[in-house]
Amino acid sequence: MNKLSFSELLQNLTKAFAETFLMCGTSLGLAILLGVPLGLFIYITRKGLFWENRILNFIGGFLINIIRSTPFVILLVLLIPLTQRIVGSTIGPLAASVPLSVAAIAFFARLVENALCEVDKGVIEAAVATGASTFMIIKDVLLAEALPGIIRGLTVTAISLVGYSAMAGIVGGGGVGDLAVRFGYYRYQTDVMIITVASLIVLVQLLQTIGDFIAKKADRR
Amino acid sequence: MIRFQNVHVNFEVKNKIIEAVKDVSFEINRGEIFGIVGTSGAGKSTLLRTINLLQKPSKGRVVINGKDITDLKGEELRQHRAKTGMVFQHFNLIHTKTVFENVAFAMKAAGKSREEINKRVPEVLELVGLSDRATAYPSKLSGGQKQRVGIARAIANNPEILLCDEPTSALDLETTNSILELLKKINKQLGITTVIISHEMNVIKKICDRVAVMKDAEVVEIDTVYNVFASPKHPFSRQLVNYTINLELPKRLFREKGKRLLKIVYRGERAEEPVISDIIKHFGVDINILHGKIEYISDQPIGILVVHIDGNKDVITAAEEYLKTRVPEVEVLNE
Repeated sequence: MNKLSFSELLQNLTKAFAETFLMCGTSLGLAILLGVPLGLFIYITRKGLFWENRILNFIGGFLINIIRSTPFVILLVLLIPLTQRIVGSTIGPLAASVPLSVAAIAFFARLVENALCEVDKGVIEAAVATGASTFMIIKDVLLAEALPGIIRGLTVTAISLVGYSAMAGIVGGGGVGDLAVRFGYYRYQTDVMIITVASLIVLVQLLQTIGDFIAKKADRR
Repeated sequence: MIRFQNVHVNFEVKNKIIEAVKDVSFEINRGEIFGIVGTSGAGKSTLLRTINLLQKPSKGRVVINGKDITDLKGEELRQHRAKTGMVFQHFNLIHTKTVFENVAFAMKAAGKSREEINKRVPEVLELVGLSDRATAYPSKLSGGQKQRVGIARAIANNPEILLCDEPTSALDLETTNSILELLKKINKQLGITTVIISHEMNVIKKICDRVAVMKDAEVVEIDTVYNVFASPKHPFSRQLVNYTINLELPKRLFREKGKRLLKIVYRGERAEEPVISDIIKHFGVDINILHGKIEYISDQPIGILVVHIDGNKDVITAAEEYLKTRVPEVEVLNE
């Protein structure tokens, strides 16, 4: 078993970063696209809100919980048939994006719901009292007021995804985490482990800083 | 203009039914400032919210301008709400929107066009004295300024009715006065029928024409503010008024033997008659004035005197009877 030279490591690392970005970017994008509506849905079907509906609320919440309670590695394997259908292959970073997206949507939806719960009920009531339509209240009050919390939730989701994506190696997804596991852990290449883990720390730190900055900008309280 | 007909509101909490509003019937007149006063939990807020159906009555009807609004739904309900402004205790402004956008939101909700909004918002901000803060976010405003935005938002759509739910309870005394002045000015200038809820008789005293006193989900007294202050009929109203007028006396005064402690209320037209000196001359009793105060309500004076009356028992009773023919209110105070 040959050891990685420094230039090879650099090459591998660049490729791994590209894979990580592909996986996390895709799933994060889908989390925004589908997680926000899902979170909004389970929020407004709650007791005392516009579309109060206990059954739909329960189904939505339960679905999210099933996904969230399944260990990601198992979800990865469980979703292989779905991945095959959507991507046409079960290996590679794009294939790994499917289970990652499913996990991210459920995770983010719950965080969106939490952020919406933080919106002052009085502000919602004041909006209802103006005669605003439900659509307007959702857009101009709920989402606007919850935006800082949603952005913070998105940051947490993005960072969790970087962690999850390390397991994508199982389906040949690649990525930085996978590089650390394969070379650093399995092959006892401590230097590779340190460099990859250090670059992951930098990545996570960067995501957190950017997320905090945007959330602070959006927060007018 | 706003008529409550046997309005009941019940809440179910943990399988127990709680009556928040019990069989309330009265009418609020067009253009007046009407107060609803009572302790917290008396059902004032719940009653107020039946006017724009933030709270639907469990029984009874709410009729506005002759139109029963109790069962309004959908588009009609939204139109009714757009024509009914509401001001809240905690302002309830959208934090992520500027002052301008907060007011614009209410107009957008009522389906107003961009041009109308751009024309009207500066007008209402001018009216509430916040023209220079249009681009500020609520977090940069003081409590009084936030409430001014709340008021601007509530009147942006030229409503016929303005509902105020404890509009000054989160504000200090000075700011309270300026907000009450503003509400009064708006009522006069625009002729908006205004309904104000407060747990403080002082607020009611300053701006209301008439008041309903609520206790334990029921309206126990409705009258002009002047009458409620001058001669409250229900014990609870009396308690509220006494508390506001603040006639606290040291306990020992109630225990002095052979003396009677009387509270005498004069109303405007009688205030100039020398009643006290008449009694002294006629009955030969001693009168010692312990407390005195003149309150102006709706620009009319109410004089309140607390006196000790001292003398023969029969003479005191005769003097009391005589007093009752001369002034509208004589009350024997007990500890």
